[in-house]
Amino acid sequence: MKKMFQSIAVPVIAVVIALVISALVILAIGKNPIEAYGSLIHGAFGNQQAIIDTLIKSTPLILTGLAVGFGFRAGVFNIGAEGQMGIGALAAATFASNFGGLPPAIAIPLTMLIGMVAGAGWAAIAGFLKAKTGAHEVVTTIMLNSITTYIASFMVTGPLATGYGSPKSPEISTSAQLPILMRVGAMELSSGIVIAILAAVFMYVFLNKTTSGYEIKAVGFNPYAAEYGGISVSKNVILAMAISGALAGLAGVTELMGVHHRFLGELAGGKGFDGISIALIGQNNPIGIIFAAILIGALRTGSNEMQFMGVSKYIVMITQAIVIFLVAADRIVRAIYARKKVEA
Amino acid sequence: MNETASQVRHEYAVEMLEITKKFPGVLANDRVTIRIKNGEIHAIVGENGAGKSTLMNQLYGLYHPDSGEIKIFGEKKTFVGPRDAIKAGIGMVHQHFMLVNTLTATENVVLGNEPVKGLNFDLKHSRQVVKELSERYGLYIDIDAKIEDMPVGMQQRVEIIKTLYRGAQIIILDEPTAVLTPQEVEELFVIMRNLQKDGKTILFISHKLNEVMEISEKITVMRGGKVTAELITKDTNEREIARAMVGRDVVLKLDKAPHKPKDVVFEVKDLQVRDNRRLEVVNGVSLTVRRGEVVGIAGVAGNGQTEFIEAITGLRKVERGHIIFQGKDVTSAHPRLLREMGMTHIAEDRFKYALIKPFPAYYNVLLGRHYKPPFAKGAFLDHKEIKRYTAELMEEFDVRPRIIEHLGGNFSGGNQQKLVVGREIKANPKFMVVAQPTRGLDVGAIEFIHRQVLRMREQDVGILLISMELEEIFSLSDRILVMYEGKIMGEVRPEETTIEEVGLMMAGKKLEEIRGGKL
Ligand SMILES: Nc1ncnc2c1ncn2[C@@H]1O[C@H](COP(=O)(O)OP(=O)(O)O)[C@@H](O)[C@H]1O
Ligand SMILES: [Mg+2]
Repeated sequence: MKKMFQSIAVPVIAVVIALVISALVILAIGKNPIEAYGSLIHGAFGNQQAIIDTLIKSTPLILTGLAVGFGFRAGVFNIGAEGQMGIGALAAATFASNFGGLPPAIAIPLTMLIGMVAGAGWAAIAGFLKAKTGAHEVVTTIMLNSITTYIASFMVTGPLATGYGSPKSPEISTSAQLPILMRVGAMELSSGIVIAILAAVFMYVFLNKTTSGYEIKAVGFNPYAAEYGGISVSKNVILAMAISGALAGLAGVTELMGVHHRFLGELAGGKGFDGISIALIGQNNPIGIIFAAILIGALRTGSNEMQFMGVSKYIVMITQAIVIFLVAADRIVRAIYARKKVEA
Repeated sequence: MNETASQVRHEYAVEMLEITKKFPGVLANDRVTIRIKNGEIHAIVGENGAGKSTLMNQLYGLYHPDSGEIKIFGEKKTFVGPRDAIKAGIGMVHQHFMLVNTLTATENVVLGNEPVKGLNFDLKHSRQVVKELSERYGLYIDIDAKIEDMPVGMQQRVEIIKTLYRGAQIIILDEPTAVLTPQEVEELFVIMRNLQKDGKTILFISHKLNEVMEISEKITVMRGGKVTAELITKDTNEREIARAMVGRDVVLKLDKAPHKPKDVVFEVKDLQVRDNRRLEVVNGVSLTVRRGEVVGIAGVAGNGQTEFIEAITGLRKVERGHIIFQGKDVTSAHPRLLREMGMTHIAEDRFKYALIKPFPAYYNVLLGRHYKPPFAKGAFLDHKEIKRYTAELMEEFDVRPRIIEHLGGNFSGGNQQKLVVGREIKANPKFMVVAQPTRGLDVGAIEFIHRQVLRMREQDVGILLISMELEEIFSLSDRILVMYEGKIMGEVRPEETTIEEVGLMMAGKKLEEIRGGKL
């Protein structure tokens, strides 16, 4: 109980402090912080259109947040959600323009599956290298990120290239596009948000209710004890990376199927990396991650409106950075405190 | 000069009066008063966590009492740091040595107070001073050897010489015997008596009752941060000390049913294992364990026991040789297979292997059997059954606090060990590897765990016990093997051997050499 309170309190306090510091910055540049925040909130939640925009922006962030958070729970640092997201969308885009003949009931799950398998496979490479050679996943996933960038630009300028202007793939078949939940003006909220929330439920159930979840957590907390208890560390490291990659691939494929409907060079656009901050703020807890992703999504959406009153939208970057700093600092403080106790 | 005069005259070398020291959440010392007579060997005993080291650290100026008074030779003192304590004539040899590994004995002794000649370090003079001290008290050391090349016992002597070099009149030895062989313990006692003859006052910390009985004149017993008894050694006995330590009667020697070994359950043939630096630390070990017997492996820490245990439990690769369990070759088999076949393992390193600290008790007791009924239903954990079972285990093995949600890392050492022992026993093993089962535990918990081991033996489980505690080996084993530098020095039966004989094997003598009289 105390622990739960603590894990909620830390990010909430961090957000409050960050908002106060950002307010001082806004004050320093001669604007009224209350008005600035007012327009920020209005821009993010002020009307239906704003809310939809916030939710659209939050959907991939929830999924990359889950991807990274899942990895953390298993003791792996998947810094490659960006690449897995890209490769997932790319693989799905490659096939899904030909799914016109299939009914949506088949085309949609099939496209999602392709994206998730591609993301999972991509991440599993790093998992395999870690399990077999000890190569650190931070290094290998970053390398896989670069490889993804090159493969993607090769595909959209070569085999998949279509139309004029910026490189892009052909549009995927309508039957492979996600159904629209709500439409306000030009804004379309796809069912991607539902998928993201289902993914969070999956992560919760998997980690807390299944034997595989037990094994993955055991490996994450103490690989020696896991091995002692007959749990294969290598198998679980690969599995953890694969599931994390599948979640990142799902982020890519929901963007593809719900928002852009085609693969664009900049599809991931840093959302994979945002997943790291979101997992951190959400304390690797699926529900916490949903809130953290909506927070970041809202800051991003609302900052546009704030910009109209002359406050740079980069203020929210400062806010975001301070939140992350404080949440991470809390971990550092606690780690040092824990170590002290052990030494005694 | 004045000081020396008062030192001689004053009755008490050390008086610590009403000392209280709090740590976050722990009252480590609660109005502790001890008075140590000038020139006496005074033992302080108590279970782990009783507050002995904390008390001594305050005497040595490392911690400051929250309240209370310290008097040295009758004079009230306030120590800001060890430097002040050293100036007042106090020296301390810590539980963990504080020597520089890459320097020689001489260099370590004079470090911080080096004799100089002109502007240069005067090595010649230093060596001479160290040699004199060494000879005067029988503190045999190799004054030019590097610390890293010395056996632990010699390192300890260097530490003692260092305190003498700094002019200590009062010497604190914090659990000095924990790392020694029986012979080395005897040597240490000779040294302590020499120091005493020379007028030094010695505070000897230990939780081994026989040692305390042998060497001390007075005994202070601590429990839970308080002094629970002040005893005169010649007027007391081990039972009385144990009672003051634990707060209840303790059975020191357990009754053992007669040895009735059945068929061979576990066998190791010519095993060879390397450590992480690729050195061959287990070098041709062979042994058998039968159902219904306890085979003990004695030895000083670091003679290949750790790697041996890891190899036979599937946690480390076997270089050469065979491991046969229930007639099946299981060399380098995965721990899951071994567990499936009925091998369980109480690991020597609780924190590395046996416990997942952030897991609640009800997940820790599951480890190794989490994927099977009754704990799993298909791919899902059956939390209701798991929690019921955990409550049952905690009741049966008296794990406190009886809170199944309590995190593994938050139990005290003894209770963590009970949780682990309970888990490994309730898995219904046919063969158990029991490594250092009572390391760091208090007398009460030790008795409990020993009973459990003997209960398993009576149920015809084969048990391989690896321990550095000779008493434990002697009281539990039916056969004793001694391991030294990765080899077995000999096999003896506890009723046909002596502590001395086993001690010699622990120091590297083969049994044939000892019994053949070629000492
Ligand atoms: N530096 C410290 N910080 C917090 N707690 C400590 C510290 N040192 C000791 N303790 C606690 O104080 C109690 C007494 O410890 P200690 O004096 O080391 O016992 P002993 O030497 O008798 O085994 C224990 O509960 C221990 O956890
Ligand atoms: Mg101590």
